[in-house]
Amino acid sequence: MNAATLKHIRYVATENPVTLAAFILFTGFVLLALFGPWIAPYDALASDSSVALKPPSAAHWFGTDSLGRDILSRIVVAARLDFGIAVTAVAASFAVGSALGALAGFFGGWADRIIGRVADTIMAFPLFVLAMGIVAALGNTVANIVIATAIINLPFYIRVARAEVNVRRNAGYVEAARLAGNSDLRVLALHVFPNVLPPMMVQISLNMGWAILNAAGLSFIGMGVRPPQAEWGIMVAEGATYIISGEWWVALFPGAVLMLAVFTFNLLGDGLRDIMDPRMRT
Amino acid sequence: MNLLEVKNLSLEFRTRTGTVHALQDIDLAIRKGETVGIVGESGSGKSVLSFGVLRILDDAAKVTAGSITFAGLDMLGASESSLQEVRGREISMIFQNPRTALNPIRRIGRQIEDVLATHTSTLRADMKKKAIEALASVRIPDPERRYHAYPFELSGGQCQRVMIALALACNPQLLIADEPTTGLDVTTQAAILSLISELARARRMATILITHDLAMASEYCDRIVVMHAGHVVETATTAELFARPRHPYTARLIASTPGPAQSIATLASIPGNLPDLRRNDLPSCRFHARCERAQGDCISSPLPAQAVRCLHPL
Repeated sequence: MNAATLKHIRYVATENPVTLAAFILFTGFVLLALFGPWIAPYDALASDSSVALKPPSAAHWFGTDSLGRDILSRIVVAARLDFGIAVTAVAASFAVGSALGALAGFFGGWADRIIGRVADTIMAFPLFVLAMGIVAALGNTVANIVIATAIINLPFYIRVARAEVNVRRNAGYVEAARLAGNSDLRVLALHVFPNVLPPMMVQISLNMGWAILNAAGLSFIGMGVRPPQAEWGIMVAEGATYIISGEWWVALFPGAVLMLAVFTFNLLGDGLRDIMDPRMRT
Repeated sequence: MNLLEVKNLSLEFRTRTGTVHALQDIDLAIRKGETVGIVGESGSGKSVLSFGVLRILDDAAKVTAGSITFAGLDMLGASESSLQEVRGREISMIFQNPRTALNPIRRIGRQIEDVLATHTSTLRADMKKKAIEALASVRIPDPERRYHAYPFELSGGQCQRVMIALALACNPQLLIADEPTTGLDVTTQAAILSLISELARARRMATILITHDLAMASEYCDRIVVMHAGHVVETATTAELFARPRHPYTARLIASTPGPAQSIATLASIPGNLPDLRRNDLPSCRFHARCERAQGDCISSPLPAQAVRCLHPL
């Protein structure tokens, strides 16, 4: 991280207002995830039946839920859990998927066939149903949500890495690196893989939003995170029963924040790619 | 004593549409410090030969006969790890399209340091100094600043200079330049070739210059090897080759090289194309279908094993 890199990041951010907005939102979410418990105005778990199901007011900006818990506080506190699940799951599938995909794309042959078929097999399932199955089989815990989310995202990383490595395996600089006496693995790790990172970055960012949605979705149907823990998906699920009776705020606010988080990551992808790729620095 | 010695080398590619007899009975010897040109039209096997010497070939390639010896090392029998030691340190290669031959997202200084780190015991602290020295030695202006540049920030000629700096960073004994000036403009071509020959002389480094441009080869090479359809057809010193070409193909090649006195209209061309190297009934002289001196025995009689591989030389 040197001066030129910072300057470039500033350039990308200011040149494209959408990217700038995405970065600001992203920073906001990260701050919530890191400092949520200190920012939240109320205890996210403390119930107070005297203020149950109160609409948004000066005291409770986003209103309160059926147990009188402050919805804003619960949303803020939940950011850490939702982001934690998404980041860990995406990091795991990126690490495993890009390594497998890169090997398949670089060496071809049997490695390619076996890894490709594994990816196809995962893809053959409806992915959300597969995630439900994995959590159901492994047990209803947060760790298993992470594992399930990581596994269903794996094929996307394998495919992107495989395709991107494959088009570069015969590039001039790869040949040159071999001619300079580098072993295959060294060529792959040092010369091919870094060139694949910019397109992978877009995939990571898109996937983050998707992973958050997936984790919330599993919680929504009652898997993984359990009440009374604050989590966006559970909060929407709890609020859904009150929509008909007119207490719209219970489901709306966590749902809106969830949507905003997914939206942020989708917008972030292009900006991240522009920052990662030095060729954009002209 | 020869630095590089290729003897009776035959190499094939097994493909779905048949076996391509890419090289047959190649003999090539390079002495220390000399510059040898390999000339021939596209598809004559020049590049396959140079990649073959470094043992960097597609899996489909198979050496069916012959030997390659470099400085006493049997390149065909050597292990992959000892080949990796040789590549980049003892034998370096530069090739056409320098733009694509540099890693697009690594700073050029770092790329030179990569080579130094792989092959030399240069201390970390000296790396940057050495890399800048290497850039300065190929006369890149302002090497301290260029050290931080990415390849896309340089012109084609400068990229080729960086490639040369990379290739020579470890003081190799042999440099293989595979059409090093393709894609560069004419003035840059001359500058790059002068730079290569000057550095080669200063370091007493042998150079193989692969080109389809006979005029260019004549200017920079001590000896010239003429290839046609996977055969070496003639080997001679540059002066001899131009004064008295012996093989009909060489003669036609020289006649079809434009000179200042000639107009395009009078320029000779060589009729026909290279034979299909997938054929199993390739004639013993692969030029015979295009040759005006061809006789019946060109098809079946073995070629003489000498500098001019022709039964009916000029």
